[in-house]
Order: sequence, then structure tokens, then C-alpha cells
Amino acid sequence: MSASVPLPLRPHDYKSDVKPVWCPGCGDYHVLIALTRALAELQVPPERVALVSGIGCSSRIPAYTTCYGFHGVHGRSLALGAGLKLVRPDLTVVVASGDGDGYSIGGNHFLHACRRNIDMTYLVMDNHIYGMTKGQPSPTTEPDIDTALAPGGTGLRPFNPLVIALASGANFVARAFSGNPPETAGIIAEAVRHPGFSFVEILSPCVTYRPDQKVWKERVHRAPVDATDDAARAARRLMTDDGFNLGVLYRGNRRPYRPHGCEQIGELAELEKEFEL
Amino acid sequence: MAEAPSVSVAFVGSGGAGALTSGRLLLEAACKSGWNGLLTRSVGPQIRGGEAAALLRLAIDSVECHSNRFDLLVGIDWLNANRFETEIPLGPNSVVISDPNGAAPPAIVAASGAQILELPLKELTKANPSWRANMVALGAAASLLGFDESILADLIATRFEEKGAEAVTASLEAVRGGAHALGNHRLGTTLAPPRRTAARRWLLTGNEAVGLGAIRGGIRFAAAYPITPASEILEWLAPNLAKVGGCLVQAEDELASINMIIGGSYGGAPSLTATSGPGLSLMVESLGLAVAAEVPVVVVDVMRGGPSTGIPTKSEQADLNIAVYGLHGDAPHLVVAPQSVPDCLIATQWAVYLAEELQTPAIVLSDQFLGQALLACARPADVSFIGQRRKATEIAAPYCRYALTADGVSPMAVPGVPGGQYTADGLTHTVRGLPTSSAGDHDAQLDKRRDKLERFAYGDLWATLEGEGPLAVMTFGSLTGAAREAVGELTRAGHAVRLIAPRLLSPVRPNDMAAAFQGVRRLLVVEQTHSAQFHRYLKAHYTLPADTAVLNRAGPLPIRPGEICRALLEGGIS
Repeated sequence: MSASVPLPLRPHDYKSDVKPVWCPGCGDYHVLIALTRALAELQVPPERVALVSGIGCSSRIPAYTTCYGFHGVHGRSLALGAGLKLVRPDLTVVVASGDGDGYSIGGNHFLHACRRNIDMTYLVMDNHIYGMTKGQPSPTTEPDIDTALAPGGTGLRPFNPLVIALASGANFVARAFSGNPPETAGIIAEAVRHPGFSFVEILSPCVTYRPDQKVWKERVHRAPVDATDDAARAARRLMTDDGFNLGVLYRGNRRPYRPHGCEQIGELAELEKEFEL
Repeated sequence: MAEAPSVSVAFVGSGGAGALTSGRLLLEAACKSGWNGLLTRSVGPQIRGGEAAALLRLAIDSVECHSNRFDLLVGIDWLNANRFETEIPLGPNSVVISDPNGAAPPAIVAASGAQILELPLKELTKANPSWRANMVALGAAASLLGFDESILADLIATRFEEKGAEAVTASLEAVRGGAHALGNHRLGTTLAPPRRTAARRWLLTGNEAVGLGAIRGGIRFAAAYPITPASEILEWLAPNLAKVGGCLVQAEDELASINMIIGGSYGGAPSLTATSGPGLSLMVESLGLAVAAEVPVVVVDVMRGGPSTGIPTKSEQADLNIAVYGLHGDAPHLVVAPQSVPDCLIATQWAVYLAEELQTPAIVLSDQFLGQALLACARPADVSFIGQRRKATEIAAPYCRYALTADGVSPMAVPGVPGGQYTADGLTHTVRGLPTSSAGDHDAQLDKRRDKLERFAYGDLWATLEGEGPLAVMTFGSLTGAAREAVGELTRAGHAVRLIAPRLLSPVRPNDMAAAFQGVRRLLVVEQTHSAQFHRYLKAHYTLPADTAVLNRAGPLPIRPGEICRALLEGGIS
């Protein structure tokens, strides 16, 4: 008798029965599809995956999967995910966020997560708006978008998350579009496999507060050149691209962060020796 | 010549003059000779060029507070010494060492009637360029105390070994020079001979004790953001956590450090961070997350003067309100206050244990006085508290992370365990952890989180209760030492006095406290806050005796045993 071979995991196995709060037509549904496909591609059991998020529409995603999840406070998901991964390097840690959660309130953690380069994956579902609070401008909102909070537009230059990720030390930088789940799934799977901190910006339209984003599906296009491991070259490309260039744009080879180890002591009692008179 | 159970000595000097080194060496010399002692530091905020004072109390038994008066004040120089004058009370029997060629001592020295001994520090260091003034001053102080020179010589040889033989010789000569310059002068009060004891003794700071207690309690992960006066906890933990297979990571800010430890704890490792008031302020939102998601974490707050940046280098107890009430919503959690340097170990170890048992955050409310005090004391007795989180291992579907149980604690699945998948959430949730906005679910989980804290058997550690009688002194945290000494003095004077000092500040223990108040006719509440936060807190939760007075003062001035005695007998200062 041969040992029973477990059936391969399918995308469906990563999807929970919880009904999402998202509006009909929200791009995040397709991110959920892409994520479950990516996990099936990786064949990592759901209990070995931890999905960590903050606050906002996109951050609701953990409960819609069958993975372990943590829906924390606004803006701090990267820090929570970092602590988890440091304690549990055996887990696949994926952090999910949005443009408000990740680039505004959580902006400082974004810089330092890139710099620290812990082996985890950061998915930002970017719709250039705060959706859950009903349509306020985010750091990636275009300057002339009229909202109740910024009548006539913010007049501010949008934040360029990919350039910032690269400059801060992210080891993998990619852009994906929710409207193309198979391609996005492939990018997510590659991001998870790549050592160190992998950042995937996912353009994910908000049909409710940004109906103008319906045109995104026509505007997105595959990056004309392959990913580079030269950060300077990647920076030049990212500084000049149109914001709709899709694909893996930078693959670095920095060594992921590891806590400082040392020889371990046999008994806790050894710790108190330094205090003895 | 009178013998006393303790002698108090202060070294002052401008920053970098070496007052703290002199103080530490004198304390170590006393310890090597068999005495015990306490060294606290009072410094300005500058790294160099400010002012520094080493405040010592050398004693035959372990001491937990400074006395009412200093017997000896050594001025290495008097630059900015006026900033300390209220922290170093002197009397007519005090002795002050001063350089006749330097600036005059502060006015308070003359006003006290203390005897001034001249020590020509500038002249001696000019004539012997390799001598440092602080070592000359140390020699003078040790000689006045009648210390054995050979013990100091051994300490110096060890301390300056790395600097080379010349540095050792120069320091030794400087110490001898200082002793010689004062001839046969001795203090009017000297230390009674040390007790001969075989008991093991330790020399450590409260911050180090917190670190050791944390690891003993089971902490294996820490996230750190530097802040005065808590950094030493984190700096002690960094190498020592690694030795036990754990790790410490430096965070980008306190918002990150609290969330990192929530993540680490969710992953199964008992986790801790340490901070002071400004950092705690940044952490409170996420502490609420740990309450709601039922993730055990320990946050040590080494309190300093506040609000805002306040006085970073000096002690106060005014974070009591934020520790107890700072979280939004109804968010029951643990607040534990250590009462002495050795209790920093025990209280922290207990806090780790409680947090893990109850799956909730614990705040350890230490302060600058305890954290940075260096104390010689008997090795603290071992306590057996080790965090034992109730974990879900064999799980029947559907897994209910927040199941309602008799004691309110539900088995927690740790990532990796098949079938235990759930989403920990700060949103109000159902027993499965799914978001809900129903009143019934909200109430059920609020009740659960309250009940698990209220139903737990905390045991005797909840408070220190000592003595009997109708008079009582009540305090918490670092003031327990001064209160205990006051109670001792009053008891020796024939009064029947007791000490009540809760170690567990939250949750409150109404029945235990009512028992502690049984028979108390007059209560004095003692605290180092400007607005009597502790008294207000007690009034809100307990029925205090009708005759209750309050002795409260903002930091950084310590409240001394003599003040407590007077306030209790005279009806207190309100």
C-alpha cells in the first residue's frame, strides 16, 4: 500500500465563506481571487499563511481567506507582520493594505519595512481614495480630484510608492492590476518566493468613489522591458513611467534581515551571574 | 563617634566631571566590605556639560529609599549645583567637601549650618596632572567614612584595567591624595559594622531587574524604541534574549514596537516592550487592539516627569492615569507596579505570567527612580510564575477563538496549527472572530474580557500589607520604600501603623481592599503626582476611611520617610 498522497490545494481551498463588505464591482474582489490563485500555485497550506492587515476596505481581506489573519489598527500592519515573521520564520507572512493605510498613516512603517528587508510580502490595493470613510483624498489621489474634504482638489503631487519602496531598500518591486487576476496571481506568487521584503502595488479601482477609474483597464500595459536588479536603472524607469506599467520592475539580491543570534546558555540561572556581589 | 544603620553621601559635579563614577565606586567599595546600599542619579538632560549628582545611601541592611538628610556632600565642582539643592537636604550635622579655590558652594549649604571641609582639588590636580578630581574626591569621601583603602584599590585596579597600568596607578594615587588631604577627619556619624551573612547578594538596577524578570517569566521577543529612562531595559534584553534563543528588534517608533510585539505574541512568543510616558501615549491605541483581539503583551513604562517631554531624566508617578484609563472604549487590562528594585524582577515576571494566563496586555508601571537606581540587596527569592498561555491544539470545526468560557479565557490557536485559522480583530467580533455590530455580540465579548480579569485568583502578590493598627500609609510603586521606612519609624516610636501598597493597580480588588482597610481609622495616601491621581483613583473604586489625608507632590523631588511620618501624625497635607 502506498501512503495516501494529499490532493493539491486549489484556489477554492483558500477562500472562506465570509461575505465581503466590498461594493459590487470593487477591484478588491479580483485581488482576493488573485491571492487565492497565488497561494494555490505556491501550494502552501492555509494554516502556514498569515495575512496581516490594517484598516480600510482592502484590509478586510484576511477574514475572506482560510488563512490565519490579523486585522489590526490603522496603518500598523507592516509592524505587526514584521513581529510575527521574526518570531515565526516558518510562516508565509503576507501583509495587505491600501493607499491610505499604507502610504499615509502607515508611511513611516513602509519606509522601514523596505529598509529592514524582512522576508515577507506587502500587497497594497491602491485605488487613490479613502473608500471606507466615503471618498477622501489619499496620498496617491491626483491633485485635481474634487472631494468634500478637499473641494477643488488637493493640489498636491501624488506619492510615488514604487520609487519610495526602491529608495528605501525593498528587495522586490512590482505593479499589478486587479482586473487581470491570472497575471496578478503570478506576480504575487513570485513576490512571496523572492527572499526579503517584496512590494506589490496593485491598482484596484474603486467603482463607488472613483468611477473615472473604469478606464484603468484600457490604460494598463505590460512593462516594455524585463525586471532589472540594478536599482539605479529601476529608479530611472520608475521615475519616468506612466503609473500603469505592469509587471515585476525590480528584483534585488539583498540578504533578508535576520535577528542577531549568539551561543545559547544552558540554564536561565546563568543570566543572574552578572549581578552577584 | 555615633554609629548609624545608614549614611548618606552625595557627589555633585558638572556633566563629565565623574560624579557618577565616584558614586558607583564608593557603593561598590561599601558592598565589598559587607554593607548594602542604594545609588540613584540625578542628572540634567545634557549628555555632556550639564550637571550630575550621585546620591548614595550606604547601610547595614538593604535600603529602598533615600533618608531625610545627607551626611556628606562632596562638590567636585559647584557648577550648576544649585539645580540639585532641593534634592540634597543637609543639616547642621552634615559635612560638605568644597574646593577653597573653586566657586563657592550653593547658598543652601551655608543656610543648613553644615560643616565645610576644604579640599584643594584644583591645586592637587594641577600639581599632579594625571590625577582626576573625582578620584581625589572619592578618596576624601572614603577616608571620611573610614573605608578600608585596599578594597577601593582592588576596585580601581579592575575598573581601570583596560585603560592600562598608568591609569590604575594615577587613580590610586589620586584616591590616596584625597584621603591624605583631609588628614584624620572622620564623619560624626559612621556606619555600624556590616552584618556577617552568608546570604547571596546582588548589585543591580531596577531596569536590569525588569529584564531578568521578563526572561524568567517567559518573554522571548522584544521590540525596542529608545527612550529615557527605559532604554537600559532594552539594552539589557538585546544580548540576553539572544542567549535564550529569543530576539529583540529595534523598531522605527513606538507605534511599530507595540505592533511588533502584538505580532510576535500572536505568533506564540511571549513578547514585551519598554518605554516611558511619551512612548506609552503612542502605544495606547494598539494596547486597545491587544485587549480586543486578546493578545497577551507586556509594556513596561518607566515613568518620568510629564506631561509631554517633561523631565526625561527624573522620576514621577503621573502616568498612573494613562496606564489605567488611557485606552478608548471599555478596555480592561492589567496594570502592575513594582515596589522596589528587586520587586522590578518579581512584578515583571508576575506581569508576564498574568498577561499570558489572561490573554490581555499588562502595563508594568516602574519609574526613573527604580529603573536607574543601583541597589545592593539580598538575592530576591525565586518565584515560580511562568507564562502558560492556554493554547488550542486539537480543534473541532468551527474553531471559536473567542468562545465564551466559565473563566472568560478561551484556548488560543497559534498560526501553523491546522483547523485553528481565525482572524484576530480589533473590530467587535463574534465568538468565531468575525466582525459584527450586533449589541448582543458586543456585550458578550465585553463581559468576557471583564470577567476573565475579575475572576482570576491573583493571590497574595496583589498588594503588600504590613503591620497592624488604626493608622495606615497607602502608596504604590517606588514610594513603597519610603512608606515602609516611615511605618518602621512610627512603629518603633510606639504607634500602631500599617502599610498598604497595591502591586496590582488594575483590575481593582474591592473585597481584598475592604479587608485591608478593616480597622483603619486614619489613612494617609502618598504619591508622587501633582494632581493626586492615586487618591482620585482610590476614591473612585474603594470606600476610603473618613479620615483620609493625601501627601502628594510632583516629581522629581522624592517624598522622604520623615515627611510621611509627620503627615500621618499631623493629619496630612491636602
